[in-house]
Amino acid sequence: MKNNKLKILTNGIIKENPILVLILGTCPFLAVTTQASNAIGMGAAVTFVLLCSNIMISLLRKVISDKVRIPCYIVVIASFVTLVQMIVKAYLPDLDKALGLYLPLIVVNCIILGRAEMFANKNNPLDSALDAIGMGVGYTLAMLAMASIREIFGAGTWFGMPVPVLADNNISIMTMAPGGFAIFGILIAIINKASNGKAIKKKDFSCEGCPSAAACNGQNCAEKKKEAAAK
Amino acid sequence: MKELLAIVMAAVLVNNYVLAQFLGICPFLGVSKKLDQAAGMSVAVIFVMVLATAVTYPIQNFVLNKLGLGYLQTIVFILVIAALVQLVEIVLKKYIPSLHAALGVYLPLITTNCAVLGVCISNVDNYMGVTAFAGSFVQALFNALGSGLGFLLAMVLFSGVRSRVDKCKCPECFKGMPITLISAAIVSVSFMGFAGLVENLLG
Repeated sequence: MKNNKLKILTNGIIKENPILVLILGTCPFLAVTTQASNAIGMGAAVTFVLLCSNIMISLLRKVISDKVRIPCYIVVIASFVTLVQMIVKAYLPDLDKALGLYLPLIVVNCIILGRAEMFANKNNPLDSALDAIGMGVGYTLAMLAMASIREIFGAGTWFGMPVPVLADNNISIMTMAPGGFAIFGILIAIINKASNGKAIKKKDFSCEGCPSAAACNGQNCAEKKKEAAAK
Repeated sequence: MKELLAIVMAAVLVNNYVLAQFLGICPFLGVSKKLDQAAGMSVAVIFVMVLATAVTYPIQNFVLNKLGLGYLQTIVFILVIAALVQLVEIVLKKYIPSLHAALGVYLPLITTNCAVLGVCISNVDNYMGVTAFAGSFVQALFNALGSGLGFLLAMVLFSGVRSRVDKCKCPECFKGMPITLISAAIVSVSFMGFAGLVENLLG
């Protein structure tokens, strides 16, 4: 039993890391990882929203009718995002400036809606909370790894502290948009290589793991299946 | 006129939503495999972006700000966009079935597209760094149009790149997502060449 709980917790950190394995929530991952401190801030904000929304949705899972569940989830998530926005604006104005638009955009982060749909509406609040913490920590660690690479090589600093040698020879493209795409690609490739291709179950975007799957009624997938059958 | 042109060009080329600001990456990576799908998705995005801006801009300025409810922005906008997308789908299904057949599949996916919410929020708020922009209603509409066109351009260009990349040989561990991301990086580098274009051309 205890083992089972531990499994739920660690699932999100390694085996189903939301970014590096499930490839969800890529927009803020690429955008705010130019500085390690921003990555920690964003990771904490996402973890908080994920934890609150997972617990809330899990508590309400028997109340919410199946047909209107997606709008309900969005309302719950948006409320917690607004809460986070207010807290960050009041106490961490620098972080608010750095994250800018990406803070309200946590609402449409696929990880949160995805976990609500895939986990919280099927499990009890305790398991959902553990799942949220695991996923949140996994997300934050992935963000920190990516941001550290980009900040150390791109700006020559780490959490604002200058790194010897690299501070004078920074590769500034790493902190720009192309660097984000390229390093993300290389990180996934490294994980692929390290796990002999077992880690990335989803080489392509498919319906499992897509939070919009319920909303699109599998229309896209039906089309894809037809195509696959035709082949 | 010149000002509106500058807004559109800045949104399409310089501050391209996908390649420079990382908004709407999921559809960019997910639906860019085939040219027709990429174009269909982008047209639906342009449509919803302009419509959503046309609805959310007055809501923010005449309802939320007037009543001192500015903090409800996120929650109101996402609900308005979700409802709008549903409405558009119903209207298209009833009155323009041919357009619904072409775009209908993509419409529900747009609700959770961060580019749409992003353009609505950046049109009413002045976010530094991300299209620092809060102008008049017409300017907001043109900014939405430009952002949508930028999305279309990125999607169409990238679907072409991708069809070539998929045929190439690459190391086993780079197959699929990694090589796609690295080719996206190269496309993004090419868009960096447009930096300063608007200032120099239209001064």
